[in-house]
Amino acid sequence: MKALSQKRRHPMAALALLVMALLLTGGLYAVATTTNEAKAETTTYSAQDIEEGQKLFMANCSTCHGMKAEGTSSGPSLIGVGASAVDFQVGTGRMPMQMQGPQAQVKPQQFNEEQTSQLAAYVASLGAGPSVPADEDLDISKGNSANGAQVFLANCAMCHNAAGQGGALTRGKFAPSLMGVSEKHIYEAMQTGPQNMPVFNDANITPEEKRDVITYLKTLDNNTTVGGFSLGSLGPVSEGLFIWTVGLVIVIGFTVWLTSRSA
Amino acid sequence: MSTSSDFEYRPSTGTGRIANFVDTRVGASAMVKEFGRKVFPDHWTFMFGEVALYSFVILLLSGTFLAFWFDPTMTSMEYKGNYVPMQGVEMSGAYASALNISFDIRGGLFLRQLHHWSALMFVMALSVHMLRVFFTGAFRRPRELNWVVGCVLFILAIVAGFSGYSLPDDVLSGNGLRIADAIAKSMPIVGTYISMFMFGGEFPGHAIIGRLYIVHVLIIPALILVMIVIHLFMVVVHKHTQYPGPGRTEDNVVGFPVGPIYAAKAGGFFFIVFGILAAIAGTTTINAIWNYGPYDPSPVQAGSQPDWYMGFSDGGLRLMPGNWPFSWEVSIFGLAVPLAILLPLIPMAGMFVVMFAWPWIERWVTRDDRVHNILDRPRNAPFRTAVGAAGITFYAVQMMAASGDLIATHFHMAVNDVIYWLRALYFLGPILAFIIVRRFCLSLQRKDREIVLHGRESGRIQALPHGEFVEVHEPLNEYKRYKLVDFQDRPVLPARANAKGKVTSSEKLRGRLSRLFFEDRVAPVTPAELEAAHGHSHDAEPVGVGAGSHQGELDK
Repeated sequence: MKALSQKRRHPMAALALLVMALLLTGGLYAVATTTNEAKAETTTYSAQDIEEGQKLFMANCSTCHGMKAEGTSSGPSLIGVGASAVDFQVGTGRMPMQMQGPQAQVKPQQFNEEQTSQLAAYVASLGAGPSVPADEDLDISKGNSANGAQVFLANCAMCHNAAGQGGALTRGKFAPSLMGVSEKHIYEAMQTGPQNMPVFNDANITPEEKRDVITYLKTLDNNTTVGGFSLGSLGPVSEGLFIWTVGLVIVIGFTVWLTSRSA
Repeated sequence: MSTSSDFEYRPSTGTGRIANFVDTRVGASAMVKEFGRKVFPDHWTFMFGEVALYSFVILLLSGTFLAFWFDPTMTSMEYKGNYVPMQGVEMSGAYASALNISFDIRGGLFLRQLHHWSALMFVMALSVHMLRVFFTGAFRRPRELNWVVGCVLFILAIVAGFSGYSLPDDVLSGNGLRIADAIAKSMPIVGTYISMFMFGGEFPGHAIIGRLYIVHVLIIPALILVMIVIHLFMVVVHKHTQYPGPGRTEDNVVGFPVGPIYAAKAGGFFFIVFGILAAIAGTTTINAIWNYGPYDPSPVQAGSQPDWYMGFSDGGLRLMPGNWPFSWEVSIFGLAVPLAILLPLIPMAGMFVVMFAWPWIERWVTRDDRVHNILDRPRNAPFRTAVGAAGITFYAVQMMAASGDLIATHFHMAVNDVIYWLRALYFLGPILAFIIVRRFCLSLQRKDREIVLHGRESGRIQALPHGEFVEVHEPLNEYKRYKLVDFQDRPVLPARANAKGKVTSSEKLRGRLSRLFFEDRVAPVTPAELEAAHGHSHDAEPVGVGAGSHQGELDK
């Protein structure tokens, strides 16, 4: 204890404290925010599913979407949005919405696979809409990443960034990063156009092309280290920040070292 | 050595004979004698120019390698290289060869990344060097012209960077060229002509890559080399500046001669810089051109930004309101003048004009035309440091605006709000920076005065016999004191009448600027003040001074 109290005015003491505090808060934050990663599986819906789904809907969704999913001033009508939209919104945790805002945020899912598919069954029963994609359409071993790159760069990169890292839209809306998003959710997003995203229907981008896009995104996801650390694949801004922080600090370190001992 | 009685010196060893043969024919020893004895003071802040120079050498080396493989053609072809997601895609020869360098040529990606990182390092080191020169007042007589050469180098470096950024012909570089095209076209009357000359017709055309290539590999590097030669020649002529310290005067340079130690250090430093850049290039991706795809005029991808040194120009354009408070599209004599692009360029140009002219502006306001070889500590020239801070703020706000979309997504803000704040800071930031930084400098100067007059706070508390507690202040040694008191006092010089007895309007402006800059100032401690402060408490050794007992002296 005496040694500690003697060293408390050491010039590095503040730095050491800062590092300790940062490690502690960072570590706690990392522990507190681990998300669960459940995956839903496509199934055919029974009358039982629809009934269970309706119960879940009444309890969790009707406040905003209305008792018959007809929509209210706080939420749109869900008649005809299809099972795909529900699977995306609920499966990624965006719905039920954490709070009103420019756009629904991703959060840990509130419902498990079974409940999600029951909700999807109920909404699908209200009117015809896109269904959850078949496994065939999501099999990236059959996709063509070169064609996918073309489709992606022509249709998606303006909002989602060339490397699928996401980007800003107006007034607090944004296109999220596509890294680590499951094949099914990417497909469903193209199919249903969630939040501020346009719908890319099968006439616009065919199911094969959708699969190609997913193949390309998965190539990017697994392949970002061609040139070493990717710095978030954000382009020149992160590169400039890197040279002005890491680069400059290293250079200054050496200049100080070289001039610290005079000849 | 062997003193031969012969008329001609005859070396005894083989090496000596070769050296003597060369020397008697090219006279190298005279040069070594002259340059080898050049004295350079040692200080870490003096080394950023060197970093820039070495980065430039690395740029030449790595660029030569890239030039062996790069094909600056816009002829369309099908990509058949190793990068799977681009296979079979129609693209220009330039983009295809850039992809080949990255994926098919051994060491190609490393050298491309080394070249690009060196470019960022080059402009950064150059900028930091300029900031050091500015804030220490190293641009004052006799070095005004060398400051101008440095400013020219800064602009050349930006042009070199931008022309290189545009060569790979991917979507990102094409977007950059599109903005360059828009800027050219925004100039009234001549704009469309300039754009047509540049691109050989309508944007993008088929000529621009080949033209930029010659600009990038021949014209700009040659100009930079010439400017570097002039720059270094003037450094030798003027001799190096030095920070104030004991034994350092306006007429000497205290430091080490180039030969042998300083030369060895500098040579070693080249390899250190090379090593740093190679380590970064080997581990960290830069400009992943394969992500962007071949240039197509229709898309602008999210997160499209220029390299950092062009950020300010992009940001200035982003800050400009498109249609507020009124439409900026005006028409003069039937000619469309797109003010939304032209207006934000004017303050940017003004910033460069002030930068070039600053040595003369300062000389005019201070009427100080003396030779200065001793540098200012930034705090001892509060007006200059404040002006520099205002300039940096103005530049930084625009640079931040260029990354407004990334600030918005990464800090969970609305991109509109980011731009609104930056618009306000565009006008208020420089003023606030000027006021705040000047106050900081003045406070630091007062702190220096206090330390000189009353010594350093030791943290030891002494109880006096009558019960008073005082903190023991340790007196400064002479060397440290020297650094704190040796600076130039700059009083206000009010406007004066000229020989005809008239106070001209420019003289009035000078007077007002002088008052703005120097009205508040802290004078250096005079020997008399020092004597008084020490005489006052000489009875108690070590100097013990009760807190607050000298407050009165500190104000002016």
